[in-house]
Amino acid sequence: MAVDADTVRRIAHLARIAVADEEVEHLRGELNAILAFVEQLAEVDVEGVEPMTSVIPMALKQREDKVTEGGIADDILRNAPAAEDHFFAVPKVVE
Amino acid sequence: MSDLTLLTLADARDGLKGRSFSAAELTQAHLSAIERARQLNAFVLETPEQARAMANEADARLRSGTARPLEGIPLGVKDLFATAGVRTTACSRILDGFVPTYESSVTANLWRDGAILLGKLNNDEFAMGSSNENSVFGPVVSPWRRQGSNTPLVPGGSSGGSAAAVAARLCLGAVGTDTGGSIRQPAAFSGIVGIKPTYGRCSRFGIIAYASSLDQAGPFARTVRDAAILLGSMAGHDPKDSTCVDAAVPSYEASVGRSIKGMKIGIPREYRVEGMAAEIERLWEQGAQWLKAAGAEVVEVSLPHTKYALAAYYIVAPAEASSNLARYDGVRYGLRVPGRDVIDMYRRTRAEGFGPEVRRRVMIGTYVLSAGYIDAYYVRAQKVRTLIKRDFERCFADGVDAILAPATPSAAFGIGEKGEASPVEMYLNDVFTVTVNMAGLPGISVPGALSSEGLPLGLQLIGRPFDEETLFSVAQVIEDAAGRFVPECWWS
Repeated sequence: MAVDADTVRRIAHLARIAVADEEVEHLRGELNAILAFVEQLAEVDVEGVEPMTSVIPMALKQREDKVTEGGIADDILRNAPAAEDHFFAVPKVVE
Repeated sequence: MSDLTLLTLADARDGLKGRSFSAAELTQAHLSAIERARQLNAFVLETPEQARAMANEADARLRSGTARPLEGIPLGVKDLFATAGVRTTACSRILDGFVPTYESSVTANLWRDGAILLGKLNNDEFAMGSSNENSVFGPVVSPWRRQGSNTPLVPGGSSGGSAAAVAARLCLGAVGTDTGGSIRQPAAFSGIVGIKPTYGRCSRFGIIAYASSLDQAGPFARTVRDAAILLGSMAGHDPKDSTCVDAAVPSYEASVGRSIKGMKIGIPREYRVEGMAAEIERLWEQGAQWLKAAGAEVVEVSLPHTKYALAAYYIVAPAEASSNLARYDGVRYGLRVPGRDVIDMYRRTRAEGFGPEVRRRVMIGTYVLSAGYIDAYYVRAQKVRTLIKRDFERCFADGVDAILAPATPSAAFGIGEKGEASPVEMYLNDVFTVTVNMAGLPGISVPGALSSEGLPLGLQLIGRPFDEETLFSVAQVIEDAAGRFVPECWWS
């Protein structure tokens, strides 16, 4: 399955990565090279095979439902590009 | 005093205990070596003040008889591990200036045991690469050169800084991560030992995530024993990572030097790929002979789905990466590039913050997970992964204790030599290592010989889940037979 220029733009939008028009063709070539490479999986007989969900079989551990950490708002915001009163600040979303 | 950077980690540990030198002296010797080796670009951040403070504490403990297992041992850490109060970037522009307020569990274990942080090591951005050329800080230069040539070579990747720093004797050991070969391939290119433990052996908490079902931390060292010592400290249960197993950590060091008599070693016929360099094939044969001479039985085995592992990896890993890297949006940390609105801000931030290989993998991952394609790509790849794991399980059920294979299809290549034609050209470096991640198994790379051009070549041993001990025992046999390989110093 090869991707066309529109698909490249659609993927870029879904991935939230700005792609300039002049980059589309180059990206299309690269993505198609990778997709052509993985195409060989189509020849594997996977009839009745379960997809892997956990590489090492293990039961997920449970813990008591209680707060183990908290009260570290300053730490959490320390690396934020913009913050106000213990909130992350972003450009206006609602008009 | 003789050059303290020439010691093995085990010898340095004994020397510190016997008070032949102090942790401050040992640390200073390495800090000076780092300063003189800046042209290798192995360290992206040096932390001399912290190192000296840690060394002083180590000396106090050594004096008072309260020394811990790694007391005073100077190490380097891949810049993928969060280090509290020390800049951590994954060598990406998008994490420019990020200073974690928490410590990764693996590095916390090393400091708990008395080790010393010398600084943060270069890597491919977000661990995506096989040459360390995809770093925002620029490529790492290998301490190795081809005979009679000054061409700068890659140290391998993604943990290229870790491998180069250990090979160039800038630290006694280093930690890295391995998602598709990122410890074993650079260890092989750099003539040192590197082990990727079983998935779940080391905690992933505080390691910047690339592909969560494949990522594992592991050590680099100049000897098998040194790698065993480091893994013993790094491994162990961590309630902060639900995939980290709650199982006792055996004494890995005790397994070094143990007899391999009567062990069954498998040689997988599918690893004999077309176009494999003759000298790699010779080394592989030589490795089998060494193990036979040590009393092991060598048998041919079959891992029929090997040839599909790399293709399955390049679906599974980008899919997980596209999900993991969604967090870099310019809101909570790192780079923010302003835009018309919040969506535009995300798009610009990610376009400027991610390098070309990261952008490609995030886009491939987004595509293979998107509506209409997820079954054809992602689900199919996870089914193939089940088949790859089943191949290994059959082999181990037949009584095979470990599998012997080459670590890489070639010796190190020059900076800028590969990956221009197509990204896939670079991906092929991981053809012998990626199966191990897909199956969650432990794998160790140990130097075996020098190529005709004088570059290191590595052998790889693959073990049963959580049987790192067997790998250390067998790897020591190879080290004893092959000897150790040291690059001639031209960089300082």
